[in-house]
Amino acid sequence: MSQVKVKTSFAEAVADVADGSVLIVGGFGLSGCPEHSIAALRDLGVKDLVVVSNNCGVDDFGLGLLLKNRQIRKMVSSYVGENKLFEQQYLSGELEVEFTPQGTLAERMRAGGSGIPGFYTATGLGTPIAEGKEVREFDGREFLLERAITGDFALVKAWKGDAFGNLVYRKSARNFNPLAAMAGRVTIAEVEELVDVGELDPDEIHTPGIFVQRILAGGSYEKRIERLVEQAA
Amino acid sequence: MTAVTDARTRIVLRAAQEIQDGMNVNLGIGMPTLLADHTAHKQNVMLQSENGLLGIGPYPKPGEADADLINAGKETVTAVPGASFFDSAESFAMIRGGHIDLAVLGGMEVSEQGDLANWMIPGKMVKGMGGAMDLVHGAKRVVVIMEHCTRNGDSRVKRTCTLPLTGARVVHRLITDLAVFDVTSAGGLVLVELQPGISLDQVTAATEARFTVADQVTQQSA
Repeated sequence: MSQVKVKTSFAEAVADVADGSVLIVGGFGLSGCPEHSIAALRDLGVKDLVVVSNNCGVDDFGLGLLLKNRQIRKMVSSYVGENKLFEQQYLSGELEVEFTPQGTLAERMRAGGSGIPGFYTATGLGTPIAEGKEVREFDGREFLLERAITGDFALVKAWKGDAFGNLVYRKSARNFNPLAAMAGRVTIAEVEELVDVGELDPDEIHTPGIFVQRILAGGSYEKRIERLVEQAA
Repeated sequence: MTAVTDARTRIVLRAAQEIQDGMNVNLGIGMPTLLADHTAHKQNVMLQSENGLLGIGPYPKPGEADADLINAGKETVTAVPGASFFDSAESFAMIRGGHIDLAVLGGMEVSEQGDLANWMIPGKMVKGMGGAMDLVHGAKRVVVIMEHCTRNGDSRVKRTCTLPLTGARVVHRLITDLAVFDVTSAGGLVLVELQPGISLDQVTAATEARFTVADQVTQQSA
């Protein structure tokens, strides 16, 4: 069903996220992170969230805002280094963390959005993440069974989008966003530029609008840089 | 230069020699990222960044950094001519699917069986595995670089790893500030090279793991 998906405010876009909702959130570090949707969730104040995202922002930006506000019960992530608040909450047992290798995390989202319940991968064999998982041999090599992930909501950030929800990402800010978009039952996309339908070349669309239920322009983006490194002048 | 910097420089210079013309290479975050500075003279080497870039270029010129263009260490970078962007699932298809010729990863511990631990110290420090668990099973060749001993002087080259593993029997070559070891297909370390100015006795004294010594041990001049 192609309905009008454009929302006028972030408060409206995230209004039905509830305590305990499972959220799949795009972005790698702060690059491509849906900063306005996250800020709206902080303002909404929902608790006990389960957040599936490669990282958890930094202490005062991105998903770190929800962590600081103690709105997250559980994270499914691959890397949280350099985020002190995360490390503290995890080591103190306040925050539950399901560490998932980065490629496995990406594939779990892709599978979840594709109707594939699980897949086998060698990643994680012989490590703590293999505990309790089925091991099966294919062609003389062992593989682990990993389950797909879906979410009640997905929050994604794109460069350009249209009212049908078609999305185009920019450079390495694409990262987990297309996969998160597929894995959300309700996918909320925020874009830097909302363009007229027909303006995007169908050949350039990264995420077809069928995966997106709500879309809105974010206006100004801080697009904070986590580690600015430049050549010596 | 401090002794530590000196050790890291020695490791990086030696590790850079592992990168051959035409390779698709993934450099892990931290010390492995420093190898990028030493690939400029190589032909057609493409550096992959697992967040979704094949063809990492130099750091941007002052004022030209782009928040939408970062490497796996979240540093601002550029893209070389011929580079491509893709999503994380496609990125790990490259890695898991055996399309990456070489992965160079940092380590906390390596065992004599070729096990690698590099993602957490229980109760003390947790970074997460990022893409390392995928890389150790997917890349055609896995080279680990690390300082041979901890700050307390304990060997990081172990009989068995004490830290949670990143992968079991996955390391092909280990390069430290003291020596270069290969892991045999049967499991077991072979010392193949001594770092400049290092003696076999020094390596033996600093190493907990058992290892054999290759018939011909090389040593590059300092």
